Amino acid sequence: MSIETPTVASGAVHRSLKRTGPHWPSLIFQGLLAFSLLFTLLALLFLLVDVLNRGLPVFTARGMDFLTSPLSSDPTKAGVSQALWGTFWIGVITAVVAFPLGVATAIYLEEYAAGSRLTRIVDVNIRNLAGVPSIVYGLLGLAVFVGVFKALDIGNGRNVIAGGMTVAVLVLPIVIITAAEALRAVPIAIREAGYGVGASRWQVTRQLVLPAAFPGILTGIVLSLSRALGEAAPLILAGAVLGSYSSGGADLVGQLVGPYTALPIVVYRWTTLPQEEFRQLAAAGMIVLLVITFIANGLAIYLRNKYSRSW
Amino acid sequence: MSVTPAAPSLLGGDPARRRKERLVSRILVAAAMVSIVISLFIVLALLFEAIEFLRKIELSDLFGIGWFPRRGQFDILTLFIGSVIITIIAMLVAGPIGLLSAIYLSEYASPRTRSVIKPVLEILASIPSVVLGFFALTFINPQIVQRLFSGATVFNMLAAGLGVGVLIIPLIASISEDALRAVPRSLREASYGLGARKVTTTLRVVVPAAVSGIVAAFIIGISRGIGETMVVAIAAGGTGGSLRTFNPLGPGQTFTGAIASLATGSDQVQGGQAAYLSLFFLGLLLFILTLSLNVIGDIFVRHTRQRY
Repeated sequence: MSIETPTVASGAVHRSLKRTGPHWPSLIFQGLLAFSLLFTLLALLFLLVDVLNRGLPVFTARGMDFLTSPLSSDPTKAGVSQALWGTFWIGVITAVVAFPLGVATAIYLEEYAAGSRLTRIVDVNIRNLAGVPSIVYGLLGLAVFVGVFKALDIGNGRNVIAGGMTVAVLVLPIVIITAAEALRAVPIAIREAGYGVGASRWQVTRQLVLPAAFPGILTGIVLSLSRALGEAAPLILAGAVLGSYSSGGADLVGQLVGPYTALPIVVYRWTTLPQEEFRQLAAAGMIVLLVITFIANGLAIYLRNKYSRSW
Repeated sequence: MSVTPAAPSLLGGDPARRRKERLVSRILVAAAMVSIVISLFIVLALLFEAIEFLRKIELSDLFGIGWFPRRGQFDILTLFIGSVIITIIAMLVAGPIGLLSAIYLSEYASPRTRSVIKPVLEILASIPSVVLGFFALTFINPQIVQRLFSGATVFNMLAAGLGVGVLIIPLIASISEDALRAVPRSLREASYGLGARKVTTTLRVVVPAAVSGIVAAFIIGISRGIGETMVVAIAAGGTGGSLRTFNPLGPGQTFTGAIASLATGSDQVQGGQAAYLSLFFLGLLLFILTLSLNVIGDIFVRHTRQRY
């Protein structure tokens, strides 16, 4: 018995199985993917070139003088020394306020009350806080922190402590979320081993879980700090000085309760001025800001890669 | 036997140790409560001052020809239109670019290419928004917008929108990538088993399976675009106020831009005045708008997590 073979179709089947020549939809799609990556890469490249192009001449012309001079309405003399101090204090206040508070909250959520009703409420609340626009935190800073200092009659209330507290509150949700993730990644077996030898909850947390989660927590802290130092919007409202001012001879207390400014604020101010000289100063200030941000992010990526382990 | 009375306290452990445990526990609860207190402060501060604002002005002041707070013109629609225009422009850039980057990272990239592309996105995400505002004003506008459209002014909403778009690319890419990677391998393998190509598998199987996560990424991106301040304050113009306008090539004002420029002005607004109080009214609108978007986005994110 012979089997009838469908001779008509075999050519088409053969062709489609061999599939010579390009498959256009695949190529077009891959072209789109390549374009999207190229777009992002070029945007970053042009941004860096634009800033370096305008900013570097300031450093070559004036050297370190730009970093050590105070603000001035004369673009050949103006510098960022006050802004650097302001940014330094904001970093210190963020570190003192947001980091302990954030890590403690994360420990409570993950180690002490995981799954409880209060934990669920706090958890939802923190995720919502993380999505609040930074300028709304500025309004909080204006109404609460500046308001409190004003009520206590400390200057006009617009000081670097109010600004620093505002930024600290802004990054608090980020610290909590990253620290909670780091704690969650520590395997349950480590805790059980601790309880097995009779350790209390705090002993287990302090001596076993925290050391294991430390690199992850530190990464989150460094990233939050870099975010804190780059924020301008909340400080506009929380009383940072936009014009130039003199802080000559101010002691520590004078620095903390007197008028203040910060690097992102000064850079913003200079950008909005019409003269090209100030645009260049703004770009130079941005180079300083970007160096700080990139060092912080590089450190975070280094920490993550060095200490990342799979359990 | 005489040992029995001591037993209960021994079972509970050393009293000093128990006291310490209780103390630590209380400190941690207090820390956790701080975030609730902060939220309360935000809502109360905004609410009180916003109500004060509404009592100070005529309701008809909220609808006029434009947003000029120092002259008693508080046309909310001006700001709403500005925010919508800038967010639409931003999403036209960041939506496709972010999603395609996510597809590349999740489906196409080898581990080596991934280790190069991922840091580029992280660097872009870490750039302060003032720098992006500067970029929008000094590069995007003169080199791109004004070359394409001769009618574009020095400050315009198109350049600001493009700047915001670049800013939210990493956010959309990262949330979408998480959603795409959460799609189980077995779905892809089933598709390949049926003879589908990579492009078919990606577009017909993986992307539809991850669609709720991708929708979440877009919603959170929109929320971030509405809340972005510095790029708009620098590049969109509208300092002091703006007429109601739909023209993206001209200056405009958004909720965030209006707050920033009102707080920046040389004659800083004083407490008690309607212009000062309007800051908080705008803040409240912004807060409600972004909060609702984030809550909706969050529901979509959780929907993806539950499915797989």
